[in-house]
Amino acid sequence: MNIVVLVKQVPDTWAERKLKDSDKTLDRASVDVVMNEIDEYAVEEALRIKEAQGGEVTILTMGPDRATETIRKALSMGADKAVHLVDDALAGSDAVQTSAALAKAIEGLEYDLVIVGSEATDSRMAVMGALLAERLGKPQLTGARKLTVENGTATIERLTDNGYAVVTASTPAIVSVVEKINEPRYPSFKGIMAAKSKPLETKSLADLGLEAGAVGLASAPTQVVEFSTKPPRQAGQVVKDEGDGGAKVAEFLASQKFV
Amino acid sequence: MSEVLVLVDHVDGTPKKAALELLALAKTLGTPAAVVTGAGASKAVDTLKQYGADKVYVDESADHDDFLAGPKAALLAQLIGSASPVAVLVPATAEGKEVGARLAVKTGGGLLTDATGITGELVAEQPIFGGAVVVSSKVASGTPIIAVRANSTAPVEGAGAGTVESVAVQASETDKAARVTERVVEAKGGRPDLGEASIVVSGGRGVGSAENFSIIEALADSLGAAVGASRAATDAGWYPHQNQVGQTGRTVSPQLYIAAGISGAIQHRAGMQTSKTIVAINKDPEAPIFELADFGLVGDLNTVVPALTEEITKRKG
Repeated sequence: MNIVVLVKQVPDTWAERKLKDSDKTLDRASVDVVMNEIDEYAVEEALRIKEAQGGEVTILTMGPDRATETIRKALSMGADKAVHLVDDALAGSDAVQTSAALAKAIEGLEYDLVIVGSEATDSRMAVMGALLAERLGKPQLTGARKLTVENGTATIERLTDNGYAVVTASTPAIVSVVEKINEPRYPSFKGIMAAKSKPLETKSLADLGLEAGAVGLASAPTQVVEFSTKPPRQAGQVVKDEGDGGAKVAEFLASQKFV
Repeated sequence: MSEVLVLVDHVDGTPKKAALELLALAKTLGTPAAVVTGAGASKAVDTLKQYGADKVYVDESADHDDFLAGPKAALLAQLIGSASPVAVLVPATAEGKEVGARLAVKTGGGLLTDATGITGELVAEQPIFGGAVVVSSKVASGTPIIAVRANSTAPVEGAGAGTVESVAVQASETDKAARVTERVVEAKGGRPDLGEASIVVSGGRGVGSAENFSIIEALADSLGAAVGASRAATDAGWYPHQNQVGQTGRTVSPQLYIAAGISGAIQHRAGMQTSKTIVAINKDPEAPIFELADFGLVGDLNTVVPALTEEITKRKG
């Protein structure tokens, strides 16, 4: 079972995240960066399948040079090798363009499953699984809180608004996972040492056979017109419960016509 | 005026409130044309007409229910080809966004998600970074595909022409690659959907146990509200993941959000910060949730919440 896991380096949610005034894209340089949290669950799920069924786990990421930190983390968890898609011309690509580049990279790999996190903490679009499924012409098994793979069939429990749906498809398939699917391991010291010597291949747009004009900010099908920082919400009245807390909240709700 | 396609989310022919909101928004952009799919689709026609749909495309093909996202995207792509709409609006739900994504690849149109408003020039407003920054974005190529959050506008009653056109999706094998074999409802019935409820009552770590969530549910029921939970509460197994509010959970924007026993970590705030009015109940006066609450009460939720429920019930008498 060969599995490709997509990971994304994102600004730490705790950091102050900003857009750049110059080109209105995410400021990735001035903030602390981490592996997108749900991607750790994607890596973990791939490792568990590999440990049970054999095969190889390949990490794929698109991002600036610095994204190698995130790749090393995934390798230190136990993935076997990695492909890093890095090219200045990719900067400012939107999700749909990014999916075109990632799909090209995936096509160059052997896989039974592609596993991605359901959403990234920076963009929160939650569409990469669907975009890749459409691009690659492979089944879309997204929003999985449970995944089983046997005899060329992958089955998930897809989280829905009021429960779950069982969705099944033949492999190769594109799977996205939510954070209730497993508990990611911490990299061991041995894993961290081993990661340093695992193969990491760097690919440019030219290596993928993609035209620079197909990706990047200038040709993006979506454009940010402007942005503004919202003044933080002002704290309102805070009162202490003195045995009448319920009545006080009810009074406030009544004053706002909610009751 | 050109059509604005609206992908209608419905349950057995009853359109979701968010679908009616999309029709109201579509009316400000062009001619509202509802697209309603799957079992029971034709039953939705009257309501869609009543809320302003000038056209209703109906496709009862079972493909829409049997397969994930692909057939709906294929149908919308067909309609883009035949009707040349000025935009396609989809709900910013997990499936709505996935349909939009596949449609963007199929048609080369740009995709914007989680919009909370759209101007007449088709510029979408999107809150990002948990609402700290508001971005105005537009689609530069192809038919704009915009996923709109629930509660971004109110449904507007006013009959449209409601001309029904039956359509049939021509879904390819790859559109029909992921088969839905079972749908299981885990939520307890009788409460509004979390994503579109106008009042949400959420519980967090301070609730303390699964059993104690009953006091959160009782308060929600007294207000006709949906129940939410913080990640701490769902990770602990006290409440279902479907009800998780925040980053990696649902994003809600109700008229009133009551947070009980929730400290207000940034991950939670990302999912509720755009609520119109926020009330916080927490025994820790330093809890960050108080920084954004319109009304905060420092106290033990175990006594305050039941007292509040009783008071509301009495006032509603």
